[in-house]
Amino acid sequence: MYDIAIVGGGPAGLTAAIYAVRANKKVLVLESVACGGQIINTSKIDNYPAAPGITGLEFGQTLQKQVEDLGVEIEFENVEKISHDSNSNLIVTEDDQYKAKAVILASGTEPRKLNLDNEEIFTGFGVSYCATCDGGFYNGKTVAVNGGGNSALHEALYLSGIAEKVFLIHRRESFRGSEDLVKKVRAAKNIELVLNSTIVALNGDRRLQSITVDHGGKTEEISLDGLFVSIGRIPKAKDLIDGLKVDESGYVIATENCETNISGIFVAGDVRKKDLRQLVTATCDGAIAATAALNYLAE
Amino acid sequence: MKIIEGTKENFAEKVLKNKKPVLVDFNAEWCPPCQALHPVLEELAEERDDFLIVTVDIDENPDLAEEYEVSSIPCVMVFKDGKEVDRRVGLQPKKRLIKMVSK
Repeated sequence: MYDIAIVGGGPAGLTAAIYAVRANKKVLVLESVACGGQIINTSKIDNYPAAPGITGLEFGQTLQKQVEDLGVEIEFENVEKISHDSNSNLIVTEDDQYKAKAVILASGTEPRKLNLDNEEIFTGFGVSYCATCDGGFYNGKTVAVNGGGNSALHEALYLSGIAEKVFLIHRRESFRGSEDLVKKVRAAKNIELVLNSTIVALNGDRRLQSITVDHGGKTEEISLDGLFVSIGRIPKAKDLIDGLKVDESGYVIATENCETNISGIFVAGDVRKKDLRQLVTATCDGAIAATAALNYLAE
Repeated sequence: MKIIEGTKENFAEKVLKNKKPVLVDFNAEWCPPCQALHPVLEELAEERDDFLIVTVDIDENPDLAEEYEVSSIPCVMVFKDGKEVDRRVGLQPKKRLIKMVSK
């Protein structure tokens, strides 16, 4: 039996682990992919205090080492279900199961999918959710970015430097992203805006070859080599814990001390309902959630 | 065992004609998740001798990336008896890599 099990090895979960293990608790971190979470895709971090210019990968790896050196166990397994009774929680993963007196949910978010036929089949075959990972494959080719927020605008600009042509497909007339970015996108010669439009089909044989776009009832087929989906992220909390209170988008609702509606289950990081999702608010949540969990264990 | 650097020239010998299963990782220097995967592969190479690990840098080997239709990285494939039997795109934890090879 662990004192505290932490679901997610991003900045929130690993900070919680530091606070918990330093209070002499037996701590387990369950991470489904790699420590560091989303931040490892960031090439340079400029807004975290006292670490200007650190790469996201270095941040994640340094944090992982710090946590391991302190004696925290990290298992790389995907958590499928958490059930709780009055004094313990059972955490079921794809490989195993674990018991813990308290749980900190720091599972973060994942890219929102289009939910179209063929999307899964074409993932890795023309459909991508990470421009910095896969942009390099489209040198001199034609790509599209789907989305209207800052991430989508950033990706379109990044890809415009690699691909010959970039379609930016957005379901509204105006962009949610910053004015400065919108200006740069509009000024880029090889970015074509496809506004008030929704992607309704992904077409191709074995790999993506074209997309079908709907503008107000009229459909058009656009031939391309790659599609970058950037339509936001969704919290990874759904169906994990029965009875857990979430908002309409699925983010976990918690008190200022990161307590959920279920006694003994705490929440930290991007998966929590809040206004600002940043590295610094994630680590901050981690410390607060761990402290609340320690208080709960002391009761 | 050591990680083998895969190239167009040695791919047939090291991967396709190998009697042991081979885990092939297509990667690039500029891709952060690929860099995060690397220490995991090094650990595996150290611990296991029942399969081989080959890494292919897609910038240095664009022909191989094209031949195997790789357009998202990291992309991990398993070859048995010269045939691709499994493939996953994105960063994978160690346990899942072992499962892919052992299947």
